Amino acid sequence: MTIGTPAVNISIFGVFVLITLFVTFRASRNNASAADYYAAGRNISGTQNGLAISGDYLSAASFLGIAGAIAVYGYDGFLYSIGFLVAWLVALLLVAELLRNTARFTMADVLAFRMRQGPVRTAAALSTLAVSLFYLLAQMAGAGGLVTLLLGISGAGAQALVVVVVGALMIFYVLVGGMRGTTYVQMIKATLLIAGALVMTVWVLGKYGFNLSSLLGGAADTAAQQATPRDVLSPMGQYGASGTSKLDFVSLGLALVLGTAGLPHVLMRFYTVPTAKDARKSVVWAIWLIGFFYLFSLVIGYGAGALVGADRILAAPGAVNSAAPLLAFELGGTVLLGIIAGVAFATILAVVAGLTITASASFAHDIYNSVIKKGAASGTQEVRVARITSCVIGAVAIGLGILALQAGLNIAFLVALAFAVAASANLPTILYTLFWKRFTTRGALWSIYGGLISCLVLIVFSPVVSGAPVNPVTGVSPSLIQGDGFSWFPLNNPGLVSIPLAFFLGWLGTVLDRGGADADKYAELEVRSLTGIGAEKAVQH
Amino acid sequence: MTEPERRLLTPEEYRQAQDSPEFTELRRRFRRFAVPMTVAFLAWYLLYVLLSTYAVDLMNTHVFGDVNLGILLGLGQFVTTFAITQAYVAYSARNTDPIADEMRSRLEAHEYRSEGQR
Repeated sequence: MTIGTPAVNISIFGVFVLITLFVTFRASRNNASAADYYAAGRNISGTQNGLAISGDYLSAASFLGIAGAIAVYGYDGFLYSIGFLVAWLVALLLVAELLRNTARFTMADVLAFRMRQGPVRTAAALSTLAVSLFYLLAQMAGAGGLVTLLLGISGAGAQALVVVVVGALMIFYVLVGGMRGTTYVQMIKATLLIAGALVMTVWVLGKYGFNLSSLLGGAADTAAQQATPRDVLSPMGQYGASGTSKLDFVSLGLALVLGTAGLPHVLMRFYTVPTAKDARKSVVWAIWLIGFFYLFSLVIGYGAGALVGADRILAAPGAVNSAAPLLAFELGGTVLLGIIAGVAFATILAVVAGLTITASASFAHDIYNSVIKKGAASGTQEVRVARITSCVIGAVAIGLGILALQAGLNIAFLVALAFAVAASANLPTILYTLFWKRFTTRGALWSIYGGLISCLVLIVFSPVVSGAPVNPVTGVSPSLIQGDGFSWFPLNNPGLVSIPLAFFLGWLGTVLDRGGADADKYAELEVRSLTGIGAEKAVQH
Repeated sequence: MTEPERRLLTPEEYRQAQDSPEFTELRRRFRRFAVPMTVAFLAWYLLYVLLSTYAVDLMNTHVFGDVNLGILLGLGQFVTTFAITQAYVAYSARNTDPIADEMRSRLEAHEYRSEGQR
């Protein structure tokens, strides 16, 4: 089944690609130094960066996954948007400005600031790569589902070709545009996405006389007539089945709220502005933009539930993730669908580019220069390695994307796993480094590796990978591996265990470390983080 | 291609600055807002998640029309997030930025260098 006219969808997407390619080319003229390539010369204004952060953060998961979860399951889908938003307060109050004042290019810059460089940088770079890969997988899975639905392309070969095209475009943005080009792509995309969501929101509300209660009533009525009737206004429509699934909901909630401030691609955006005050301004803009977008997605989700209905959504290719495009078609026919489809593709492309530049910067700056070359590599060499790494990561992303076409997991859920890894492996060490005087290298290593490994192990032995019961409707298990499972961890999201564990290991490693903390380095970090002395300046062109 | 060398301060200067009364005040003011506020919004968020999970009937209470308490508290999370954001902007502009700006210019002028160092 396809909806709309593939030609319209493709042309609108094509226009976006042409505009962004042009902008990327123009942005590439000032990509001389490492600060230009990784941090856009630190010349992006706070307002622009707020828009770009929104573009980076409002991934396909936010747009397609949340709207779909609300449309099908109702209230429980709302938790994603609340967690994703409240999480920004951690970034605003505790992390953004202090990080801008102390680090240069990557998350590892601040994590290794007070510590022995080699081991801590390696650990931070590995967790950066792990989080980015999970996030990439989610985006590529979204691309796969969209392709089937919107471009009328079926057949594994043709779908793979589309993923290759998306991957190649992304590599081009990153190679040519660097961080500046990527930033402009994010800004254009955020504007389109928020505008598109606003149009759909007003349209849906207009159908219900701008009365939230009528919209909710409409969604409840439609949901009651579906093949599996649900109370979409009540909590626990999705997670209420058992005590374990309720605990899973709490675990998800914890991972969402603590994950954002540990996402390397979000942290890296703070380095693109000239000062800490601009970093603050960009987070403030991001909170308002993201907050309003999630309010829109609540309306879009319930609107899709009311006007399209869960049965049609679940029967469409891309299942839950197809709610927003189906609603667009229901409201505005082929043209609105084409616009929303183009925006959704643009979303995936921009987020994937942001992830790729983060992961490649981390490899080039932290592992190649700091660990392998002991800091002796020049900016040119580092950027060359980063460009090569981008190509490798692009190829990996294409491979994963082709695999993800067959998996069919909810992408908001995959992103939630990336958040769990970020909240476990990164956030404890970031907070300890900034605020705990006694924190040591051993504490950092135990916390990063403990959080990362426990998270990955718990995911591997969870129902996500194997052993989830077969769904009676579809006849397959939602796990990646069908048949007899080897899972022993009952929760889909590991956050409830791995986040406290990582905080605990950071404390334990520190008190057992007889070496003690470097008091001079802590004095430097604290004075720099709060006053901004010695912070990296913007590049003058 | 290498970036211009930044003029770095000595470890003694950082220690002197860290021990200065104005820095103690800056840190106190920063933490006085950030720490209680973080505890408060995390507690409010976790309360919301736990109520949604374990107090379904309460959250299902219809307040007006088809709008129930759960939806209202969820929208309340948006309201508090926006409010805390603006409160932080106002607080830092009034209480921490002036000290940070003044200390930064004094650090740049090496005013925290003790007599023994030259």
